[in-house]
Amino acid sequence: MKLIIALIQPHMLPDVKKALDEATVHKMTVSNALGAGEQAGFSETYRGVKHTTNLLKKVRIEIAVNENFVKLTVDAIIKGARTGKIGDGKIFILDLPEVIRIRTGENGPDAIG
Amino acid sequence: MIMKRLSFAFLLLAVFLPLKAVGGQTPSASSVVASLPAAGSHEADPTGASTGGFSDVTAAVPGQVSLLDLANQSGKNKISLNMMWMLLTGFMVMFMSAGFALVETGFTRAKNACHTMSMNLLVYPVAVIAFYFVGFGIMFGGSGPLATLGGYAGLNHEAGVTLFGKTFGLFGRHGFGLGGSYDVGLFTLFLFQLVFMDAAVTIPTGAMAERWKFASFFVYGWFVAAFVYPLYGNWVWGGGWLSALGTNFHLGHGHVDFAGSSVVHMTGGVMALVGAWLLGPRVGKYDEAGNPNVIPGHNIPMAVLGTFVLAFGWFGFNPGSTLAGGDLRIAIVAVNTLLASASGAVAATLWMWLVRSNKPDPGMMCNGMLAGLVAITAPCAYVGPGSALLIGLVAGLLVVEAAFFVERKLRVDDPVGAIAVHGVNGAWGCVALGLFADGTYGDGLNGVAGTVKGLFYGDGGQLAAQAIGVAVDFLFVGLASLVLFKLLDLTIGNRVDRETEIKGLDVPEMGIEAYPGFDTWLTEFGLVNQGEGKES
Repeated sequence: MKLIIALIQPHMLPDVKKALDEATVHKMTVSNALGAGEQAGFSETYRGVKHTTNLLKKVRIEIAVNENFVKLTVDAIIKGARTGKIGDGKIFILDLPEVIRIRTGENGPDAIG
Repeated sequence: MIMKRLSFAFLLLAVFLPLKAVGGQTPSASSVVASLPAAGSHEADPTGASTGGFSDVTAAVPGQVSLLDLANQSGKNKISLNMMWMLLTGFMVMFMSAGFALVETGFTRAKNACHTMSMNLLVYPVAVIAFYFVGFGIMFGGSGPLATLGGYAGLNHEAGVTLFGKTFGLFGRHGFGLGGSYDVGLFTLFLFQLVFMDAAVTIPTGAMAERWKFASFFVYGWFVAAFVYPLYGNWVWGGGWLSALGTNFHLGHGHVDFAGSSVVHMTGGVMALVGAWLLGPRVGKYDEAGNPNVIPGHNIPMAVLGTFVLAFGWFGFNPGSTLAGGDLRIAIVAVNTLLASASGAVAATLWMWLVRSNKPDPGMMCNGMLAGLVAITAPCAYVGPGSALLIGLVAGLLVVEAAFFVERKLRVDDPVGAIAVHGVNGAWGCVALGLFADGTYGDGLNGVAGTVKGLFYGDGGQLAAQAIGVAVDFLFVGLASLVLFKLLDLTIGNRVDRETEIKGLDVPEMGIEAYPGFDTWLTEFGLVNQGEGKES
């Protein structure tokens, strides 16, 4: 089992959701995140004073999958989130030792599906 | 101490002067009707019952009130009441700017809130200056003596053309920069008309929100306040040719628009339609098949608050348009305004709830109330309460269907419903006057003897004049704004680039977001169905 964590541009979320949906991956957790990566941030002026923002708005998607769904999921995220510009984001894949469904007490691969 | 002595001396004078005057003078035409007791000498008056009386009448000879003095005071009171009424209702209409800002910003997304609010703020000062230097003169420079405001006659230059032996007034040529018009009545008219103009100019900022380049908007504001609005306004309110359809062609009283269903609202709505159509829909509004997606506004409570601010301001907008506090028709006007706003809101709510959707949609409640108000704006002084309810009810249904038509058939993206509220119902309000005017008001209006009657009360000519007024608004304002927006697009560019639009206009255009420190991005992007963001 793997935990896939993707950090993407907020405005690409609808495309990623659509791509995941088409890949029959429907379960996910989505949250707001702030982050610094290759994008250097931006400078603006507020009432004439310059300020710099380097933690940019990102969306974090977490999906727990069984081994046979890893490539499918990753491909779908890339399909939805890639524009070719700096700032498209990253995907982290972690080993997931255990999963438990609270309602039934199921664990392991059964609890994911 | 000095003050006390002075007032004592004044008291003595006030007591003895009248005695002397009465004794030594023969009353003439201005016969003395009352001699005064010591001015300002009465006791404290906690109930108010004895405050204000003949001792407060301004007398030419101190201490003696003549009939002429009474007549003067009476006329002064009448004009004072009119001026106070117009100024106060004008201040209320000015506050409608806040209502527009709240409604438009509430119905759009958080990432554009600074931008939408800034357009609503800046449209006001820009329009004030443009109207001061140019617009007011064009609109009212030939409107004639100010009957309810003391009779100043300086606005007497209307330029026009003569066709078929009839004069068609086109624009005024006096009052630019208020030059040569240092008159209190005229200044009152200026303020009152200016805030109405501001309402029209701010309407397109809602329909064109979330994608309109700020620089283009900024230039737009000057030209509309200086030329587009004042020209049509002159034709209806400034003595121009639409108001003369009655005297020239026996069509009722000419195009009648009591408070601005056409002059203000339809003009704003037509500009909104042309502007939003030329800009194109927001990114993600339509899918590949052309079906509309939902792009929810970020703050519905804000939009509801703005709707109430507007509804309150409308009690200045319509009743103030008598241009006279002493014209007690204001009671009818105010009640009609109230009734139409109520039936508009209820009709739109029920139509959504029972027919078009399964929920009483809060956004359409707001639009329904505003639609009722827009529709009653032209006929409010000429119809009875039953007609007012009916006009509002039709407006409530019309606004829902018009909003759907604009979104689904025309595929024009109007985030706030401005085209349906102001454009469609502005037209409906003018037509409604031509149907329901009941002949109890408007005697001698626009130089035509008799009262204003609609088709149902025996004057089909009035309906024809209303239809012509509506058609001319659509054609003239539509064409003028088409040219203006096209020129702006060729020079400045109307629309922000795609990346700016997707990120939100606040930071790229205004330099700061509206809600720093709030997690708004997930709700903004998570709700959009599809299509947003991807290069197509």
